[in-house]
Amino acid sequence: MRGSTPANPIQKMILGRLGIGIFTLFVISIIIFLAISLLPGDIAEQVLGQSATPETVAAFRRELGLDQPLAARYLDWIAGVVRGDFGQSLANGRPVADLLGARLGNTLFLAAYAAVISVPLAVLLGLLAALWRGGWFDRIANVTTLTAISFPEFFVAYILMFWLSVRMGWLPSIADPGAAPDLGERLIRTFLPAVTLVLVVTAHMMRMTRAAVVNVLGAPYITMARLKGASRWRIITRHALPNALAPIINVIALNIAWLITGVVIVEVVFVYPGLGQLMVDSVSNRDMPVVQACALIFAAVYILLNLLADVLAIATNPRLLHPR
Amino acid sequence: MARLLPVLKTMPLTAMLGLAVILIYAATALFAPLLAPYGQAEIVGAQFEPWGAAYPLGTDTLGRDMLSRLIWGARNTVGVALVTTVLAFAIGAVTGLLAAALGGWVDLALSRLVDVLMAVPSLILTLLALSALGPGVANLVMVVAVLDSTRVFRLARATAMNVMVLDYVEAAQLRGEGTWWVILREVLPNISAPLIAEFGLRFCFVFLTISALSFLGLGLPPPMADWGAMVRDNAALITFGDLTPLLPAASIAVLTVGVNFVVDWMLHRASGLKD
Repeated sequence: MRGSTPANPIQKMILGRLGIGIFTLFVISIIIFLAISLLPGDIAEQVLGQSATPETVAAFRRELGLDQPLAARYLDWIAGVVRGDFGQSLANGRPVADLLGARLGNTLFLAAYAAVISVPLAVLLGLLAALWRGGWFDRIANVTTLTAISFPEFFVAYILMFWLSVRMGWLPSIADPGAAPDLGERLIRTFLPAVTLVLVVTAHMMRMTRAAVVNVLGAPYITMARLKGASRWRIITRHALPNALAPIINVIALNIAWLITGVVIVEVVFVYPGLGQLMVDSVSNRDMPVVQACALIFAAVYILLNLLADVLAIATNPRLLHPR
Repeated sequence: MARLLPVLKTMPLTAMLGLAVILIYAATALFAPLLAPYGQAEIVGAQFEPWGAAYPLGTDTLGRDMLSRLIWGARNTVGVALVTTVLAFAIGAVTGLLAAALGGWVDLALSRLVDVLMAVPSLILTLLALSALGPGVANLVMVVAVLDSTRVFRLARATAMNVMVLDYVEAAQLRGEGTWWVILREVLPNISAPLIAEFGLRFCFVFLTISALSFLGLGLPPPMADWGAMVRDNAALITFGDLTPLLPAASIAVLTVGVNFVVDWMLHRASGLKD
């Protein structure tokens, strides 16, 4: 490691992770692309129906480029995707990019809204549960979060809708952001779906944060710090937290998966015009170009956020920050 | 049974509650035809009848008895989830054990494949696969099982790896035992505890996934009672202040909570009651 390599270990590891992340994205894009050829039969016959003459099928295949070899079709597709061209919807012939436009923004807004509330909340509660482990707070938290993660997302969503919207009439039961309202109005209109997501994600994240911190607190150097008489506060801020930071960042990244899963279901419950709802509708219609576009966007967001978490976890690793 | 009793006595309240819930659900699923007053596809009255003597929980959007469909749903939804979990376990455990026992390129290929499948939230891949393969119970079970087997693979492989390096495995290999013998007789008995706990966790996960898919309209085909789809079909009632459509969702939640309580206790026991 010493002398000959100019790059420090942090830079090297980060570059390595970037490489792996981009490669994963590439492989996933191939899988998503190949999904269309999993179709039993042929997409042209699917779309045109049984009564189509062989000539129209052939013409349609040519139009879609299905007569080209697979590799050429992939390159063509991915080149379009990079330029923001996802092809045309099979259901209504509109460009997929037009369908995605506003919906992507809506979904990102909702996910970010939920993340901004749930991440600090979950980390704080998880830390407290780990600190007071075995105590009443920890036990209540354990049972509550276990119950929360056992609830289907749509159950949580409908309970909230029933109490806060139907019974109390405080919030609208349908979360339509409407035509460009101001931020405050938008936050209120999307409050119910956001709170649903917060409840689901916080429970998962808090349990994992607790586990990560308990793991660090069990390490010998914490016992050492306690034996030498360091104060409780000092043990946590100076010894435990720097080492727990990387696992906590990983926990947050892992929970983005719950956020994405939750977004899809919550959007359907609250009729929120987002990417998840579009994807579910397109799956029912078997509108493959739209499904592929949505899958690719969700996958890319997830992989990139995980990549970011990986890089942050490496950058905050105390062992790498002080190379010998 | 004599060995089980002392274990049951040390059970915390939550785990006991969970076990009771599981038993009640199992009984409901087994005896559904006897318990349900009507058939699951039988139209018995007007739509959205209120709760009453003839229909204890009212009727649904097509005039089918809600209680009967709830009871049939225990058999359909839980049954499909159970079959899927068993399949996921079979795929994941066999490939995971093989990867650990054979090592080399088999291990490398399987592990990389699992890495890729786990690099994307599984609901997204499930939706993609279901739109390509089309709806249907067989496709649903296959897709969810294959995607969920990745987690079982990781656990089986990691725990088996730890056992594979132990002396008695080496002794068996030196005796000339085959790969399958080593896996079945030496490795599997030693990793069964974490695998059993994992089975409970995976069941919860698969059960919630299938319920979510059925809520999204991609579950069991229509006349069959399916808890997720029942919520979706009758959701309109909620906006009129009627909670009946949430009963199937509550049924899903209660069973998952029950299984999770039992698994939590098992994991706690397996970890030697530390932390």
